[in-house]
Amino acid sequence: MAEFFLTALQNIFLPHSLLLALGGVTAGIIIGCLPGLTATMAMAVLVPFTFTMNAVNGLIMLGGIYVGAIYGGCISAILVNTPGTPSAIATTFDGFPLAKKGMAEHALVTAAFASGVGGLIGTVILLVLSPILAAVALKFGPPEYFWLAVFGLTIIATLASDSILKGLLGGALGLLLGTIGMAPLGGDVRYTFGLPELQAGIEIIVALIGFFCIPEVLLMIENRLERYKLAQVKTQKGVALKVIKELLQKPGLLLRSSLIGTFVGIVPGAGGNIAGLISYNEAVRFSKQPEKFGTGIIEGVAASEASNNAEVGGSLVPLLTLGIPGGPPAAVLLGALLLQGMRPGPELYVNFGDITYTFIFSLFISNIFMLVLGLYGARYFARLINLPVNYLAPFIVFLSVIGSYAIRNNMLDVWLMLFFGLVGYFTRKLGLHAGPIVLGMILGPIAENGYVQAVLMGRAAGSTVSLFFTRPISIVLIILSLVSALWPFFQRKRRQKEGVNTHVE
Amino acid sequence: MFLQRRHPVVFAAILLIAVLALTGCGKTQSADKGSGEKEQKSATADYPEQPITYIIPFNPGGQSDIEARRQQPYLEKDLGVKVNITYKPGGGGATGWAELVLAKPDGYTLCGFNIPHIILQPMERGNTGYKTEDIVPVAVFQATPIGLAVPKDSQFKTLDDFIKYAKDNPNKVTITGSGTYTGHHITYLQLQKLAGIKMTYVPTTGAAPAVQNLLGGHVQAMLGNSNDLVQHQDKIRVLAMASEKRFAALPNVPTFKELGYNIIESIDRGVAVPPKTPPEIIKRLEKAFLAIANNEEVKNQQIKQGFVPVSMGHDEAVKYIKTKTDEYSKLVDDLKATAGK
Repeated sequence: MAEFFLTALQNIFLPHSLLLALGGVTAGIIIGCLPGLTATMAMAVLVPFTFTMNAVNGLIMLGGIYVGAIYGGCISAILVNTPGTPSAIATTFDGFPLAKKGMAEHALVTAAFASGVGGLIGTVILLVLSPILAAVALKFGPPEYFWLAVFGLTIIATLASDSILKGLLGGALGLLLGTIGMAPLGGDVRYTFGLPELQAGIEIIVALIGFFCIPEVLLMIENRLERYKLAQVKTQKGVALKVIKELLQKPGLLLRSSLIGTFVGIVPGAGGNIAGLISYNEAVRFSKQPEKFGTGIIEGVAASEASNNAEVGGSLVPLLTLGIPGGPPAAVLLGALLLQGMRPGPELYVNFGDITYTFIFSLFISNIFMLVLGLYGARYFARLINLPVNYLAPFIVFLSVIGSYAIRNNMLDVWLMLFFGLVGYFTRKLGLHAGPIVLGMILGPIAENGYVQAVLMGRAAGSTVSLFFTRPISIVLIILSLVSALWPFFQRKRRQKEGVNTHVE
Repeated sequence: MFLQRRHPVVFAAILLIAVLALTGCGKTQSADKGSGEKEQKSATADYPEQPITYIIPFNPGGQSDIEARRQQPYLEKDLGVKVNITYKPGGGGATGWAELVLAKPDGYTLCGFNIPHIILQPMERGNTGYKTEDIVPVAVFQATPIGLAVPKDSQFKTLDDFIKYAKDNPNKVTITGSGTYTGHHITYLQLQKLAGIKMTYVPTTGAAPAVQNLLGGHVQAMLGNSNDLVQHQDKIRVLAMASEKRFAALPNVPTFKELGYNIIESIDRGVAVPPKTPPEIIKRLEKAFLAIANNEEVKNQQIKQGFVPVSMGHDEAVKYIKTKTDEYSKLVDDLKATAGK
């Protein structure tokens, strides 16, 4: 292994390796910040080019794109409240309020720094702990997926701090939307209203753009022009240093978020979106001032971004050690590896050790490039928000239409996006937050899969109850779910005792 | 406020841009029925002269994508135009195929297709948005026979062990595979019927979760595609393959047929064009795809990755789909009848 380390170190500092990583990261950031263009697509397009390159170079570039794109998603999340990739959902919660306060640069610097730290921690874990963690990944069976989804749903309690009822309503709406299309296991078709296109279900990005972006644009035009006037970003000196100093005072937050991200990434099928949301939830729970979350504080952005970039390293653990892709971008990497004649698994570390370690090391380099580009670019990206509304609004709508079409080249998706946009506008007026809705959509199918499979397994084993309630990881997840669901109530009780006015708008 | 007076302008601009974007996107969708016959005639002679769209109705990184990415450079060289691969995943491929049958039959829209998916989906689902006979095959170039696998440390050393245990313990053996009424599910139903056993089928949403279920010890057996079996061969034991002959990449594994169970099941992958595509265009594409399918280097790569190279032209593929359709409709009726009891 030591000799592989040396070769890898030499490989990675070759000028063309560095250039490929830089190019990949830059392309990734641009693709990631455009809603509807995903890391997966960008990587798939580049796969044929990697034939002509040698395997190492191809992998370095693909890794760079992956890292860049997951970070890039935060830019549109912060500036226009639209997650560029689903991983950035939780970034909108505090990122956009910060931008509204004229602190877009603060949010962007936070995102860059947290992403970099998260990415580096995730890669360290990938390098050091892969074999052990891969074994944990395999322990995740159907009942564990079910409980993971239940745990995820308890985040609604945090997201809907003003009204649990409205949060639950939003979550239920999301779960319902998640059932549209072909049943994941039974294969029967549900709620398609006779439209064959709906067999595929509703693409999460289409719902994200609809629920997050369109209502914002409508509000922008409606009556808040003064507010947007206030949101002008003035170039300040030393923002980056100040923000980084502040973040460094909270090492616990960064570390915890990164570990959550890596761990969620290791579980195949649970991606950066879930990682970001869980990490945000925990940040609120551990904070001494939970009521400030959602009003625009950098801790919220840091929690989400550290976590979703740590997820990149995590998702590569089952891919490289087991050959099981943790998510769609990892699936493309698997395809690229196979085309190069490399079979993931122990063989990868033994027979292709030089290539594999070079790839892992290149992720460190890519994360550093991303950090630098993100910090440097923050000031310039932030100025985008200074565009007058009469340019900004049409521009966002234009991107929304293109983005929702591009995700799977389907016209119906554009109509759905616009429909969700209108629905989202009215539900927002009623006080329903978009967060619980998309949460339900993401987690519903995971819960359904896990539940149906576990019931089938339980019947074969003779006891469904023991399958659901006696497996160790399941028990941990059940306890976490209970704590997470009940925590806001305790919090409220405690504060009532203290006699503090808790109503936060 | 200066800006406030401009509300109508902003609204108009947004509306205009949205409409523009919508029509721009929509153009590729609607089949241009107005174009005259004449125009089409002259077009076929020079075909191809503009970029070709190659739709993959599955996610990037899957078997269909791997094959298309392999073909892309060869196709571009042979046809002399750019070949753009786009993804329209969803509904087990159905959304891509529903769109293919509506596309303009000018040879510029191709779509990967899978057997038995295109046969079983319309049979089982009602409105899938396409009919089996509307998928016009150009060529079939890759197959992954289905195999039965158990974890390496499993108590089952042979298919006989497995069947004997399942017979003594009805419904106790859990066996996983992708989806319901798919090639994997059909294989499971056939095995139950031919061996006279009852097992519990745990469907998954794809190959990766099925492998995870098996390696994690959550189920006892898996029905998987040959390439996945080859990829994970260090950690699993393949008991039997549902192929006609022994599978080149796993030569020590017997076939179901050898062991006395006549099960032949595989996923066959090819490329198709919309109905009413002129025969000359199909010929031209067939030539390009078969040249790749017969390329020795490509074949060797395929075998190494666990695919079976196939080289089937348009006529042969049409016949093959027809035979398979009859076979499956009988099989499904039969299995449904027994399952009902």
